[in-house]
Amino acid sequence: MSGVHIAPPEQQPASFAFTAENLELAKKHIAKYPAGRQQSAVMPLLDIAQRQHDNWVPQAAIRHIAELLGMAPIRVLEVASFYTMYNLAPVGKHFIQVCTTTPCWLAGSDKVVSACKKHLGLNPGETSADGQFTVIEVECLGACVNAPMLQLGDDFYEDLTEESTGKILEALKRGEILKPGPQSGRLSSEPHGGATTLTTFNPAGAAGGNDD
Amino acid sequence: MPTLTIDGIQVTVEPGTTVLQACELAGKEIPRFCYHERLTIAGNCRMCLVEQEKAPKPIASCAMPAADNMVIKTDTPLVKKAREGVMEFLLINHPLDCPICDQGGECDLQDQSMGYGKGASRYDENKRAVNDKYMGPLVETVMTRCIHCTRCVRFAQEVAGVPELGAIGRGEDMQITTYLEQAMTSELSGNVIDLCPVGALTSKPYAFTARAWELRKTETIDAMDAVGANIRVDVRGREVMRVLPRVNEDVNEEWLSDKSRFAYDGLKTRRLDRPYVRKNGKLQEATWNEAFAAVAAGLKGLQGSQIAAIAGDLACAESVTALKDLMEKLGSPHLDCRQDGARIDASTRAGYIFNSGIAGIEEADAILIVGSNPRREAALINARIRKRSLTGKVKIALISSEQPQLTYKYDYLGAGAATLKDIAEGRHAFAEVLKTAQKPMLILGQGAIARADGAAVLALAKQVADSLGLVKDGWNGFNMLHTAAARVGALDLGFVPGQAGKDVAGILAGAQAGEIKAVYLLGADEIDTTKLGSAFVVYQGSHGDAGAKRADVILPGAAYVEKDATWVNTEGRVQLGRRAAAPPGDAREDWSIIRALSEPLGHKLAYDNLGMLRRRMLQLAPHFAAVDKLTTAAWGAFGTAGAVTDAPFVSAVADFYLTNPIARASATMAECSAIARGITQPKTGTHD
Amino acid sequence: MLQDKDRIFTNLYGQQSWRLEAARKRGDWDNTKALLDKGQDWIIEEMKKSALRGRGGAGFPTGLKWSFMPKQSDGRPSYLVVNADEGEPGTCKDRDMMRHDPHKLVEGCLVAGFAMRAVAAYIYIRGEFYREAENLQGAIDEAYAAGLIGDNACGSGYKFDVYVHRGAGAYICGEETALIESLEGKKGQPRLKPPFPANMGVWGCPTTVNNVESIAVAPTILRRGGEWFAGLGRPNNTGTKVFCISGHVNKPCNVEEEMGIPLKELIEKHAGGVRGGWDNLLAVIPGGSSVPLLPKAICDDVLMDFDSLRAHRSGLGTAAVIVMDKSTDVVRAIARLSKFYKHESCGQCTPCREGTGWMWRVMERLVQGRAERREIDMLLEVTTQVEGHTICALGDAAAWPIQGLIRHFRGEIERRIDAYHSGSPVMPAAAE
Repeated sequence: MSGVHIAPPEQQPASFAFTAENLELAKKHIAKYPAGRQQSAVMPLLDIAQRQHDNWVPQAAIRHIAELLGMAPIRVLEVASFYTMYNLAPVGKHFIQVCTTTPCWLAGSDKVVSACKKHLGLNPGETSADGQFTVIEVECLGACVNAPMLQLGDDFYEDLTEESTGKILEALKRGEILKPGPQSGRLSSEPHGGATTLTTFNPAGAAGGNDD
Repeated sequence: MPTLTIDGIQVTVEPGTTVLQACELAGKEIPRFCYHERLTIAGNCRMCLVEQEKAPKPIASCAMPAADNMVIKTDTPLVKKAREGVMEFLLINHPLDCPICDQGGECDLQDQSMGYGKGASRYDENKRAVNDKYMGPLVETVMTRCIHCTRCVRFAQEVAGVPELGAIGRGEDMQITTYLEQAMTSELSGNVIDLCPVGALTSKPYAFTARAWELRKTETIDAMDAVGANIRVDVRGREVMRVLPRVNEDVNEEWLSDKSRFAYDGLKTRRLDRPYVRKNGKLQEATWNEAFAAVAAGLKGLQGSQIAAIAGDLACAESVTALKDLMEKLGSPHLDCRQDGARIDASTRAGYIFNSGIAGIEEADAILIVGSNPRREAALINARIRKRSLTGKVKIALISSEQPQLTYKYDYLGAGAATLKDIAEGRHAFAEVLKTAQKPMLILGQGAIARADGAAVLALAKQVADSLGLVKDGWNGFNMLHTAAARVGALDLGFVPGQAGKDVAGILAGAQAGEIKAVYLLGADEIDTTKLGSAFVVYQGSHGDAGAKRADVILPGAAYVEKDATWVNTEGRVQLGRRAAAPPGDAREDWSIIRALSEPLGHKLAYDNLGMLRRRMLQLAPHFAAVDKLTTAAWGAFGTAGAVTDAPFVSAVADFYLTNPIARASATMAECSAIARGITQPKTGTHD
Repeated sequence: MLQDKDRIFTNLYGQQSWRLEAARKRGDWDNTKALLDKGQDWIIEEMKKSALRGRGGAGFPTGLKWSFMPKQSDGRPSYLVVNADEGEPGTCKDRDMMRHDPHKLVEGCLVAGFAMRAVAAYIYIRGEFYREAENLQGAIDEAYAAGLIGDNACGSGYKFDVYVHRGAGAYICGEETALIESLEGKKGQPRLKPPFPANMGVWGCPTTVNNVESIAVAPTILRRGGEWFAGLGRPNNTGTKVFCISGHVNKPCNVEEEMGIPLKELIEKHAGGVRGGWDNLLAVIPGGSSVPLLPKAICDDVLMDFDSLRAHRSGLGTAAVIVMDKSTDVVRAIARLSKFYKHESCGQCTPCREGTGWMWRVMERLVQGRAERREIDMLLEVTTQVEGHTICALGDAAAWPIQGLIRHFRGEIERRIDAYHSGSPVMPAAAE
């Protein structure tokens, strides 16, 4: 695949507008930047638009944002097509991004990819016929010591094996979302079986455990 | 001022000079693709890398400010290798389709790969293929050839001020496109063709029609508006193949409007290529002698006061002179060059020219635009205003019926004469802006004065100039913006009503009333020809437009690129056009037609050649001797104080693409016009 | 080995709450006003004393960088921009700091921003770190509510704002000028330098861009003194560092250790050793994907700091240690990085846009051996045509891993080419 994949005209909605709630949110983002620098908010606004519109940004939203921020539509499209997180065409309801960059690959990301094929019948880049699942291959997501990993929606699933990937996907097919994070039982990025550091210095221990 | 050493040569340069510019001053050629003097620096092509002593890496000379004591080397093995490397990278994904590329023979990539490349590629992989993009009827794209220099994107954003081009995607998949492949809407879009260093953006109308080396190139002057852009007309055989801009910093810099560049197909259609005489109500082909005889018969027995002449918007100064002299000999005072009825006072030259000069815009710190849409009326002057606007050193305001997108910010002050009056009388806040400005400017469009109260509006404009300091030592900010290439020259030569003479409206009224019995139309197509009544009409011109349809005798003339002719632009700049192509069929250079006709009419004109005619022009207007230069016009009285109406000022140009008979004969301009008016839905791409 | 009492990130693993109350118990926001009261010059001097070098990869002295900011405004405000666009393959340290210890970063923003007379900090966090951004924003909200930042930060009278700006998937935005472009709402394409950000950064204003870790360690350095930090590690390579150890180790992990710890010790003490034992080690990429790999022989005794690794023609980079054991298809491992750089090239300048694709395509053939031996040198030359010829360092980063591979594993590449030509090609190995 090369170039930018923009949904064809027949898939594009005729119009787009932020919901009242999202418009408020958009204004909050615009307010973060100095006066006259509202263009800085184009990325958050594209994100809001994508979240409002089934996880993809239609061209009507590009134009809507361009108007809100006083930008030319081509400038908004440049941004939307430059960053990989903006989808410019429809994707599955469950958007699965498998990292296959070297650290994950060394740790077995091939098996995560094959688990997607096995349980969803999807190769990277494919969307299921029912529109429920999209699987794509992505570059390093920054969880390398918990490799291999995938991102489902906003959450990372880490320390994956073929089996644990299968469990996550099968649950998803049933409509269940398993708990994100390491699937190996460890808390986060400490060594398996217990941290080798931070064992003698625990001033906030009484403050309650991890509350994520 | 920094002094640096370039290949052992010491050069001292102005602060702000780049290393690349310093190298040029030292006589060192630096290859480049993305760098362009008139655009912001992108530094992306990396072709201009040079060695800087003590720098760890080669530097991009286009982007590096020259600094004192810098030691630059442009001829070392490191530089050679860097250039070879960049050339190789540029070529790995560039198709080797030069034999079928319109850029062939005038391609920067081709030239520089010869000069700086290694001659062979080691790239063994598949080349990238990129889908072509629709950009409208003017710009053809072969995007696989694109080298991503972004000159076109920067031009659209910066110079044209219509940010409609961009580079979407990223990395090797980055692609230049308009938003969703919509047609470009800028009136200056064709300039991206000249800017493109490769064959990615080429001229759609010119596509595959000629090779650069088979064209005869003639330097001449454009007549599609009153800017007087300097152009080069490329001809093969008898056919105009393309029109390109020439550099003239004072007029068009190096840009050209799309009408000037692309209306040339209108030279090939609807041409009047032989004389016609109306017989039994029908125009029938005739010989020159038959046509002259018919004119003589038509004028026979008429008093001078029953004859009138109107010069059109494309008439050259030579034909205007000849016709004026002929009318004088016929005893007619009824002549006019103001087809639109503009209430211009021809007696004071400073009252009808763009006194500050186009380049003067770059000095103005306050500009009041009255009754004009400069973007449609003079796209290049509009670009100059935008250029000045980008410096942030000018305040711009507009009085007009509309609030158009002019590509720069302005304050909209009002619709009509009342606002102008408020300013003239110092009641308006913008009066203070003009008054306190160092170099204030008023741009008066024909829309403000081509109306019944035009003379009073003109007087108001003069009052603004007088009362708010627009005219002072070394500066005259009173600027009339014309839309017709012929206008200033004809005014200079006095092609206006003589003693008791009628203007255009008077001529038409006289024709309807039967007082005017014969009207000579010198390329006059912008009048209401239905008002010519039963007058005997002679039409001399190049195209079968409105005037010819109504004519009793048609005398086929040459178009602007088909004759040696003089033009005076809106600034009052006298420029010489040169014959680039022969007129079609029996058509002749216009002055010679009038000269030939003068004999059968019994009023033989006294010039037998162009040189003699031009001496006559100098008698009428001595400043015609100052070719290419601006001559200062003395400030004096013009305009007539009086009542003004509430009617808003409407721009003289409603449709940029269709302002004259040549443009109206152009299929290209018709397509552009249709797209601009939203009539044609442009083809959209596949966005893959 | 670094002792816990000298560790800065005491909640690196999220064993405790990230919230303000717990952070305070860990020592964050402890009389920050007193630090500010000592003045800008003192802070910068103390940072210089600590000899902290930037933790984002380039290793530029942090205190010195802060000192470039104008001491007197010419009317333009100054900004601190925090580079939290962590994306260098192998690197996942900033993530832990932001999700588990965000108050260290927020407090760091205040002291650093104050020291450089900035009016606000913008933390540019990679878009995929959605949950991390939530925690970070949570910490910022808490800090505002507690008066630690805002109109009268910590009661100091200094007004200081902290904002989060989420990226959207572009490694190149980790380059500071690309990040600034992105923050301005444009494509993340690096700018030409000069002008440098300290003169002309975000929105045309003086700007300093620092990595998360560089900022987050600042309050602790100021509290314990620059000399304390400088006393850890070696001269010019001081302090503590959070290492990320991934790949073929028994217990991949993040860990804060002393700069200059031997690579072998780092792997064996904290990451459970190389899978199959130290002798099963093939190579290590010691500083994130951009630095050249090191074969085992060098790994045996190399120290993990800027100068030691540079001496071996590699680099500390982000201190992301990617370990490959002898089962690794090392050509494929590097080819995958070439694909990464091709994918992440912004496309702006010629050598990177065209060169990353070319290098990747050749690398893909080398994985199979489908090439000629002479193409190894050709590839090496292409890497040098990219290296040093681009607007930003991504070109270098794409070139170096390949150079490292050819430097240390040319024999392996040649073996595959020969095998391919002999009709029995080496099958690309799967990893795990």
